[in-house]
Amino acid sequence: MIEARHLQKTFGDHHVLNDISCTFEAGKTNLIIGQSGSGKTVLMKSLVGLHDIDSGEIEYDGRLFSSMTIKDKRLIRHEIGMLFQGGALFDSMNVRDNIMFPLNMLTEQTIEEKMERVDFCLQRVNLENAHLLMPSELSGGMTKRVAIARAIALNPNYLFCDEPNSGLDPRTAGLIDELIQEITQEYHITTIINTHDMNSVLNIGDTISFIYQGKLWWKGTKEEVMTTDNQELNDFVFSMELTKRLKNSRV
Amino acid sequence: MKLIRGIGLYMQMLRRFFSNPGQKRIFRNRMINELYILGVQSLPIILIISAFIGGVSVIQTSFNVDGPLTPKIMVGFVTRQIIILEFAPTMLCLILAGKVGSLIASEIGTMKVTEQVDALELMGINSAAYLMLPKILAAMFFFPVLIVLGAGVSLISGYFVVAFSQIIPLQDYVEGLMLDFRPFTLTYMMVKTIVFAFLITTISGFFGYNTRGGALEVGQASTKAVVNSSIAIIVINLVLTQLMLV
Repeated sequence: MIEARHLQKTFGDHHVLNDISCTFEAGKTNLIIGQSGSGKTVLMKSLVGLHDIDSGEIEYDGRLFSSMTIKDKRLIRHEIGMLFQGGALFDSMNVRDNIMFPLNMLTEQTIEEKMERVDFCLQRVNLENAHLLMPSELSGGMTKRVAIARAIALNPNYLFCDEPNSGLDPRTAGLIDELIQEITQEYHITTIINTHDMNSVLNIGDTISFIYQGKLWWKGTKEEVMTTDNQELNDFVFSMELTKRLKNSRV
Repeated sequence: MKLIRGIGLYMQMLRRFFSNPGQKRIFRNRMINELYILGVQSLPIILIISAFIGGVSVIQTSFNVDGPLTPKIMVGFVTRQIIILEFAPTMLCLILAGKVGSLIASEIGTMKVTEQVDALELMGINSAAYLMLPKILAAMFFFPVLIVLGAGVSLISGYFVVAFSQIIPLQDYVEGLMLDFRPFTLTYMMVKTIVFAFLITTISGFFGYNTRGGALEVGQASTKAVVNSSIAIIVINLVLTQLMLV
């Protein structure tokens, strides 16, 4: 479980995170939704320590991450897997080496053990024969799947996904969502997903936090998101014709 | 004020570059890779430029010391001094600032804007040391090799120019090369090269590492890296020359 308390973050005069407090539970897919520029990515990067927060506290299963030294933070980060928006695969390495990279850097496993783990991770994301492909040879969906394989290589306790569906067709986006949900439930990890894709919200959103103007505006489940009377959330959720029709049909 | 702030940030970045880069085996492999990319791949341009500059130096020196009272061996002597004291360490390092500096800044800058650096940090890896320390050490180790080879090729090409053009007797050129040779000039050449290698790699890494935005900013970082490394080389060249030769 990850707990954030009273997070504040400013860039110059711009208040990006404004007193955000929320809890992300283990074994669940915790979604953060909000418009572009609402502070979702800053919140996620603050949670993992890529941005230093101005004030507030972040706790990983009782361990106060926000006040740790950089050395201690690095140890916690060994337990974190992250799927970046663009994949962030290392251009100079093929798929196998990308997945093996954290194993090489952070474990003392033998080459056979590492190869076995790479095979397992690639199998898990349905890319059994992609070992020798370079990142430039991968499609958008394959890139995301390889990035997921790399993120789970070290058996993380926490998985962060920054807009996992951006740039993907609906079918591939759905497959990625399902994969993330399966991994979350299978390994009982704490998963946090940044998204503004309503399909993801309705498919895999166990808990949903709506960020609006740097504040945690609303929190609930995917069922509640469809029936809420919160005006700002409704404006966001039902901005698409499809979701409007869905709501009307439910009414 | 901006300059002072920039120097402060650069110093902070240096501390990160020189911290623990992680697994020794991987560091060794990266170091070998960087020796090849930054060093061996720079060899052709260094050899080509050195060969032509060596020949030109001989012709120009011969043209300028063409007095009845000036012994012809001065051509070889002056050419050697120019090449060892200035051309090889300073001019070739300026060329390396262009080639290696832009390579480092664009590589690190691209990794930064595509979140590859964040991915390293997220794995608990000290990205600055992991990415930059092998480059810095590889350049400090291999640039002196390049510069010695460059100086050698320049002097040899001067020999061939003299041999073919007959502007002075070949014997005089060779005697001039050996006239009053002080080994300290080689030490001076090496010290300058090692310092310049450090400046080129760290300044380029600094600009690459501070890239924000997209492809346009990567290009800008690359340009800034080359310009600032070149200025640093010229300024430190004056300081080192004053300290070591006066």
